Amino acid sequence: MTSENQFEPEIIAFSCHYCAYAAADLAGIMRLQYPTNIKLIKLPCSGTVDILHILNAFEQGADGVFVAGCLRGGCHFVEGNNRAERRIERAKDILDKVGLGKDRLEMFFMSSSEGPRFAEVAREMTDRIRKLGPSPIRGV
Amino acid sequence: MIVAKQKDLEVIVGMLQGYERILVLGCGTCTAICLTGGDREVGILASSLRLADKVSGKNRLLKEHTVERQCEWEFLDEINDQVKEVDAILSLGCGVGVQAISERFPDIPVLPGLDTLFMGMPQEESVWVERCSGCGNCILDKTAGICPVTRCTKGLLNGPCGGTNNGKCEVDPEKDCAWTLIYQRLEKQGKLELFDEYHPPRNFQAVVRPGRFTIK
Repeated sequence: MTSENQFEPEIIAFSCHYCAYAAADLAGIMRLQYPTNIKLIKLPCSGTVDILHILNAFEQGADGVFVAGCLRGGCHFVEGNNRAERRIERAKDILDKVGLGKDRLEMFFMSSSEGPRFAEVAREMTDRIRKLGPSPIRGV
Repeated sequence: MIVAKQKDLEVIVGMLQGYERILVLGCGTCTAICLTGGDREVGILASSLRLADKVSGKNRLLKEHTVERQCEWEFLDEINDQVKEVDAILSLGCGVGVQAISERFPDIPVLPGLDTLFMGMPQEESVWVERCSGCGNCILDKTAGICPVTRCTKGLLNGPCGGTNNGKCEVDPEKDCAWTLIYQRLEKQGKLELFDEYHPPRNFQAVVRPGRFTIK
């Protein structure tokens, strides 16, 4: 919480080295403002993200998680982003069943040249998680 | 291999009510291969259960372990110590695994986390298909390696029936007619004479339940 008592969510962003991570880098180079709630974790490909990584993030108190991979058809490893998308679907189902809600998790697709898009996604996720409130397991 | 699917999380949560210390036990053989009961699935299930517990304000002990094979007691020795610390074991093995653990540790309730489906093989990514019913009376030598007992919806030993329709089954048009497949493969192998052979009614006593096999 900030001094104004506004909830500041912790959001983990699993980002593909070839696109989203580079897009985040570009956003920085372009001096674009986006919320500091996003904690980036670089992956060699979004397809390497496992459901377990996502669940562990929530177990450790993350309020939201997003995975950002290459544009459809543009994966450096051909199928990685599609695989990640399928895993996200399953992880969302698990989050719903355990009572956290699927909206705390999202998958985004972007290219490395989309710095503004990364900043927009960061703002969108931060707004969404702010509305949802803190994770019910935070501090448990 | 044995193919099994994971029970719904709600069902598993319901099954675990009343237990405070639980060992989620995976099997590194068949169910690991069909992505429902190996090390990774143990981690995902245990993590899901921990999240569900935290959301509902519980604080249970959830231990995780995977043995190479649940259906052989030798492989269960490595959990001797862990079993002493828990009041239930949630098995992610097939029905055989659950029973083998239960026989090995009769004082501890062993709960099935999976529904065991059939003996089969992977056909494509994420798809497994049944191939053997374990009928105890194999006739694959006569049917070009295609089991009519398992793959014919009606289990006919002399087919095809009148319901074959352009290679599909009348019971389920999504399924291939096993006897059409048998005909086509026998034709390819130049052994169509086998198709004329009459198969007497199946000997249902070949495997009396429960089955038992002793090497002599």
